[in-house]
Order: sequence, then structure tokens, then C-alpha cells
Amino acid sequence: MTQTQQHTISVLVENKPGVLARVALLFSRRGYNIESLAVSITENPKISRMTVVVNGDEQEVEQITKQLHKLIDVSKVQDYIDVPIIARELALIKVNAEVNNRTAILQLVEIFRGRVIDMSDKTFVIEVTGGNDKIDAFE
Amino acid sequence: MLGMHGTAYANYAVSECDLLIAVGARFDDRVTGKVAEWVPNAKIIHIDIDPAEIGKVLLADVPIVGDVKAILLELNKVVKAKMHPEWVGQINKLKQDFPLHYPNDGVLHGQYVIEQIGEVSDHKAICVTDVGQHQMWAAQFFKCEMPRQFVTSGGLGTMGFGLPAAIGAQFGAPDKTVFLVTGDGSIQMCIQELMVATIYKLPIKICILNNQFLGMVRQWQELFQGNRYSSVDMEAAPDFVKLAEAYGAHAIRCFNPSGVRAALEEAMSITDRPTVLDFRISKEENVYPMIPSGGTIHQMVVQRSPDMVPLDSYMASETYMGEDDQAAPAEEEKETVPVPRAQ
Repeated sequence: MTQTQQHTISVLVENKPGVLARVALLFSRRGYNIESLAVSITENPKISRMTVVVNGDEQEVEQITKQLHKLIDVSKVQDYIDVPIIARELALIKVNAEVNNRTAILQLVEIFRGRVIDMSDKTFVIEVTGGNDKIDAFE
Repeated sequence: MLGMHGTAYANYAVSECDLLIAVGARFDDRVTGKVAEWVPNAKIIHIDIDPAEIGKVLLADVPIVGDVKAILLELNKVVKAKMHPEWVGQINKLKQDFPLHYPNDGVLHGQYVIEQIGEVSDHKAICVTDVGQHQMWAAQFFKCEMPRQFVTSGGLGTMGFGLPAAIGAQFGAPDKTVFLVTGDGSIQMCIQELMVATIYKLPIKICILNNQFLGMVRQWQELFQGNRYSSVDMEAAPDFVKLAEAYGAHAIRCFNPSGVRAALEEAMSITDRPTVLDFRISKEENVYPMIPSGGTIHQMVVQRSPDMVPLDSYMASETYMGEDDQAAPAEEEKETVPVPRAQ
């Protein structure tokens, strides 16, 4: 059994109500934890793409992909574990910005090439885009 | 039959074999018990049409995805015939030492009823079951000669499946005799379907193995909960003969082994309505062999009677209960059997 790794799985599904629920039900019934999930329509209005991130070893993920294939609304399943991909996370973070630590925060935002997109007298809202580890580091 | 209530020799064969060919099997937990210790020494060939089944429970050394019929036909062309007389001899010896049996004590036993159903129908009837002890006894004692003779909900374990399924079986095979083997609990789950059977004049024979208990649950409470029975008492269940007649079916009640054959033959002679047979069987009887849930073959409990041929010396004598351990002459011995290791 290989060790547990984070797998990014892309699933092409029919763009219909209930499909997301059915896929999520499959994961929950089998006890697989979804780390992150994003669904959106593709250039073909009849098809949506679901991008699911799960943690698991090879056998578990093999079961996930095989069970996904059995769902009638699913047309394609791809696990990107061995394929080089470009992945981006976007974080919107609201922080306390008292007068005395404002400069420090602004410097941090500068280093991570984030942006302050909103401001009030007590808080900042910062937007940061980047790979997985960059966001973790920023947090 | 293999598994929790499977025969000792089938479970032994699987745990000692060096090659297991699983054709369309899904390795249900009732069959495997503790998966990590099931089939410890064997290579596994797993043939299934559903790719998701491969590797779901057991990792196969040779997984083959596809239609079983096509695959087996192809395999037959490349496999050379071989004989294994020593291995078969070992299994035959176990068949002799641990046969399925039940007491021969003048009391009506469900197992006897099922054997008689087979004989009276010349083993050509379709046997449909509900869920519970009666289902296990039917699987153990009903001998099928053709495919699709045994209709049961299997791993789905649905009480109430039997009567509607028997109706369907009779529609599907109008010139076959359909026997429903059911329990006093299961039959009440869809008893109203008797009306459908009467409307369509279906001559199904409904054999209720009535022990006035929810037998399988009672067995677990006896074995694992120190005999603390809870919610398994069915004494206030209706009089099934009156209930059947209220639905327009023919009804027969039977209390003794001597009346079973006559009752079944009377049922066979009714051709225009269902027949309900209320067999009052022994109230507290267990299904053996039994491997407790999540157990291995080393925890298998087997029942042997005192008048059986004594076990050979290859069985570890420490676990065999000798004559001085017997509580009463008529008492059955139950022992946990260590699996003889192939030398």
C-alpha cells in the first residue's frame, strides 16, 4: 500500500441539478473526506467540471475513481497525481489592523505580492493568490 | 456454502487453499469474516464484470474484468486438466467428520421440513426464502439441481422479500412448483401480498417455520448477550391458519415430523390458490456452524452429536469435549474446532 497523498481529481459531469449532490453522496457514503471541491461550467454548456481534492492512498483513490465512473452523470474522471499541473488557490483574509501593526501587515502583503482590497478603521481585507504552499505560508 | 453459516469443510477449503478463483464474487463480509486473515495462503484470481469490485475488498493477484461466461470459455481453452486427489481427499474427510446435521429426537425441526420439501418436489421446485434462521437452513439443506432454483435476498437481507418474490417466481415459471420458506417474523412483513396470490390463483406453497421467535436475533442474543432476550418474542403473532383462510388461501398446521410429508403432499395437490403451512418447529434452536461476525475460521462453532463417528486423532484432542463433559445424554456437543493445518 502506498502512502497517503493528496490527489486532485477532475470529473466531467452533466450540467444538471442533483449531480453535485450525487457525487458528494458517493464520497460521504464511502467515508472519503473531501479536502476541497470546486464546480463550474465548461465551454460546453451541457458539461460541468468538478475538481475534487482528496487525501488517500493508491487503493482508496482507485476505488473513488472506479465508483465515480459508475455514476451515470459522469463522463470522464482524471486523477492528476502523476501529471504536472498548474494549481492556484485564492485566499481572502480579514485581519485586525490597529494603527500600530498596520505597517507590519502592509509589508507582509507586499512580500507575498498580495493586495489589500478593502479597509476599515479596524480591519483590512487582503487577497492573496498563489500555489498551495504559498497560501499556507501566508496563513 | 461458505461463510458465517457455511459448512465447516467449505470454510476449511478456502482457508487452506493455495489458489482461490473468485468468479463474480464480491467478498461480502458474511463470507470473509475478518478480511485480513481470510484466505491467508492463496493467490487470488478475481473475475468480475464490474471494475470497481476488483481491489475493493481483496487485492487480486490476477484481476480479470469482463463477462464471466466469455472469460471462462476462453480460460477453458488454455487451462490443462489436473487432478488433486490428496487435497480432495482431505476435504472429503472433513465432509465426513463435520456434516450438516440436526437432532433426531422426535421434535419437529426446520431443517427436516426443508429436506422434505426437496424430496416431495423431487428437487425440482423453486425455493424462495425470506431472511433469518430459516433462510440459512434452506441454503444448507435444500439441494438445487438447476440454476435459478434458489431465490433469496442474500446480502441485502430483506425480511418481507419472500412472498412478493414467490409470486414473481410463479409468474415467471408457471409450470414449476414454488415453495416459499419463511419465518413467523418475515412472513408478516408483506403478508398482504397473499391477496395478490389469491386474485391470480397462484399455487405457491408458503412454509412458515414458526418457532414463535425472531430466531436469528434470538440466536445472537443467546450466544453473545448472555441469553438476555429483548424484543424477539413473537408469541402474540396471529394464528397463521386463520389468517391464511381470511385471505382465501388454503391452510395447514403441522406439529410433528410424522405429519410433514402428508402436509406437503396436501399442499402440492392444491393448484388454484396459495397454501400456507404453519410448521411449529422447536422454539430455541441455533444455526450451526457459525463463525461470529468479524471472526476467523478459528472461532467457528460446530455442532456434533454424540452418536457421530468420533473425530480422528489429527484433531487436537484438547478441544474435543469427551464423554465425561457431556451434560446429559441427549445434549448436543458444541465445540470450537481448530483447523487442521495441511502438513
